[in-house]
Amino acid sequence: MILWIVATLLGMGALAWGFRFAGQAATSNGPKFRDMPFGVAYGYVLGTGILLWLIWAYTQGRSADTAIANKFFFLRIAIEGFILFSIAAWLFRILGRSVGTVWSKKMFRSMPLTASFGIMTILIYAFLAIFAGVIAPYGQEEVILGAAANIVPGGDPALGGDPDFYFGTDQIGRDILSRLIYGAQNTVGIAFATTLLAFFLGGTLGFLAATLGGWLDQLLSRLVDVLMAIPSLIFALLLMTIASVWAPQLGIPLTVFMVLIIAVIDSTRVYRLARAVGQSIVVMDYIEAAKLRGEGLGYLVFKEILPNATAPLLAEFGLRFCFVFLTIAALSFLGVGIQPPLADWGTMVRDLGGFVNFAQFAPLAATAPLLAAGAIALLTVAVNFVVDWMLHKSSGLKE
Amino acid sequence: MGSVLKIILQRLALGFLTLLIVSVVIFTAVNLLPGDFAQSILGQGATPEAVASIRADLGLDQPPVTRYFQWLGGALQGDLGTSFAQANFASFTGTDSGATTVAQQIAPRFQNTMFLAMVTAAIAVPFAITLGILAALYRNTVFDRATNIFTLTSISSPEFFLAYILILFLAVLNPIFPSLSNIFEGMPFSERLEKSMLPALTLTLVVTAHMMRMTRAAIINLLASPYIEMARLKGLSPMRVIVKHALPNALAPIINVIALNLAYLITGVVVVEVVFVYPGIGQLFVDSVKIRDIPIVQACCLIFATAFILLNLTADIMSILSNPRLRHPK
Repeated sequence: MILWIVATLLGMGALAWGFRFAGQAATSNGPKFRDMPFGVAYGYVLGTGILLWLIWAYTQGRSADTAIANKFFFLRIAIEGFILFSIAAWLFRILGRSVGTVWSKKMFRSMPLTASFGIMTILIYAFLAIFAGVIAPYGQEEVILGAAANIVPGGDPALGGDPDFYFGTDQIGRDILSRLIYGAQNTVGIAFATTLLAFFLGGTLGFLAATLGGWLDQLLSRLVDVLMAIPSLIFALLLMTIASVWAPQLGIPLTVFMVLIIAVIDSTRVYRLARAVGQSIVVMDYIEAAKLRGEGLGYLVFKEILPNATAPLLAEFGLRFCFVFLTIAALSFLGVGIQPPLADWGTMVRDLGGFVNFAQFAPLAATAPLLAAGAIALLTVAVNFVVDWMLHKSSGLKE
Repeated sequence: MGSVLKIILQRLALGFLTLLIVSVVIFTAVNLLPGDFAQSILGQGATPEAVASIRADLGLDQPPVTRYFQWLGGALQGDLGTSFAQANFASFTGTDSGATTVAQQIAPRFQNTMFLAMVTAAIAVPFAITLGILAALYRNTVFDRATNIFTLTSISSPEFFLAYILILFLAVLNPIFPSLSNIFEGMPFSERLEKSMLPALTLTLVVTAHMMRMTRAAIINLLASPYIEMARLKGLSPMRVIVKHALPNALAPIINVIALNLAYLITGVVVVEVVFVYPGIGQLFVDSVKIRDIPIVQACCLIFATAFILLNLTADIMSILSNPRLRHPK
């Protein structure tokens, strides 16, 4: 095995050398090939190799022999998905360039494909989350009468599917497609609310600490230091244990506790940023002028500091949202997050996870948990792409 | 040198203080639980005498401050208390059959987790730094963009998604590694390595992205400095410029980010251990959370927090030691 890898690497090195040599000979020592470092030539060969392998794998996935086709089924889906999403993102960018206001057109003109993919995906998720009740064919908690449990996704009766339930049904006969759509509402909605709360808490306290300074600043900052010294997922799990005892006694749903706990834990990170940004704004002349005018604390924080701190806070909002979203998904996956019967992606992955082991014989069955996990990954990747682009744009980092 | 020692001692004292406060926070949080262990173990029909006797046995009748210091004193000596789930009356009467104390349960699992973290670090750190150097060398090319997209994707996917993808491709479709890590004591090293390979690879994917991006950014930041330009004008090859001239100066932020990511490993390990049923401390923690086995939850929390603080402290001290400007503050 290791011998094979070494042999392949060496073989590619020889190919790269040959490629450069052939190029030099063909272009009669043109500058492109003459000055080409060996690493670049190697990169060309490596890239071609990977591309050829992907094409080969794709044809294998389309082959008539089911044993081989099953093996490459997921690669095939991944390649098709990648191409489809790229085309969709490209079309979306063209649409954005030609429709809309001058400002949005300008924004789309300088946008990389990854960012337009991100914006498109976020819009789709937002649409699904808002109109989940209208789009979803069944209710999220509805155990459908007459439908079998564990129907395989794909809708092909020969493979154990059912055209009525294109994404199949779960272990107690609920429609997976409906649960995925409602999951957008629950998981994303709860994560969004939590992030908003964290920003409200952390932002307000951070700006207050920056404006007032003194003992309040010291007290809050030290408190935040201590809270940040405990790994956030661990702390959340500890507090959730305690909340799970209190919740039934107080009659408050556990989900409310989860929102509060994660919001408080995450507000510490927001506090740090808001305080740092606020401190650099507080020393500005216009704040001095506002103070001399006799403006109150509320005016200073919300009318003077907040508008000037929007840009860094917005980028942070995207990142925080991802983080909160992943924390909630992880908690649900571990079984202490969003509680059933609410549909939620993390819980779905945990419930359906075992099907991955059937991938070799029934690849469609194995897609069920991957759909839910992929839904989480797609959204966080999309948000990260957008945030990455925004940071790149605002920092002016070109090199 | 005296000032360095002073700064390091200051940091150590600060870290110790943080740890102390964290232990207070953990203890207070756990004591917010309604009722106590004596009531929950005896159930509804408990007589007040029985409750009182178990309370006295476990020291639950003491005031919270006393209990805190007892717990802390015990923890410092390696005695983390008795596990509720494993506790039975035999353990109170002194005919203890074995793994009932928290320390006995945690010790082997802690070793397993450390093993996993070390395997991950051994793969991830060289991989991330090589990738970062290559991305800096071929910046703004297709390679750089592909690496950027790949790492951004892997850092923003949930750990269980990466874990299932790896299981799918490396365990089910191509049976190279086992998908369950049933590790036990006395297992030969190679087999142990093979069984913990998939969790380690998952964690590698999670932590590589951050380290690689930081390495790339740290090196590219330096490329505008005069000595790099000088090296270039001397006619050195781009690889040599980066490895010999830029990398040593970029080491401080890189070491820092490595330590921070190792600290992150401690948290990320929880989900990954659950997916692969790896018998580590994260798995134990989640199981205890579910059955509300408070002494174990408390102890695991303390261990995680200690590791987290220690690694952050290391990052802090390393960055002071490797940066002359911080070493000799004005």
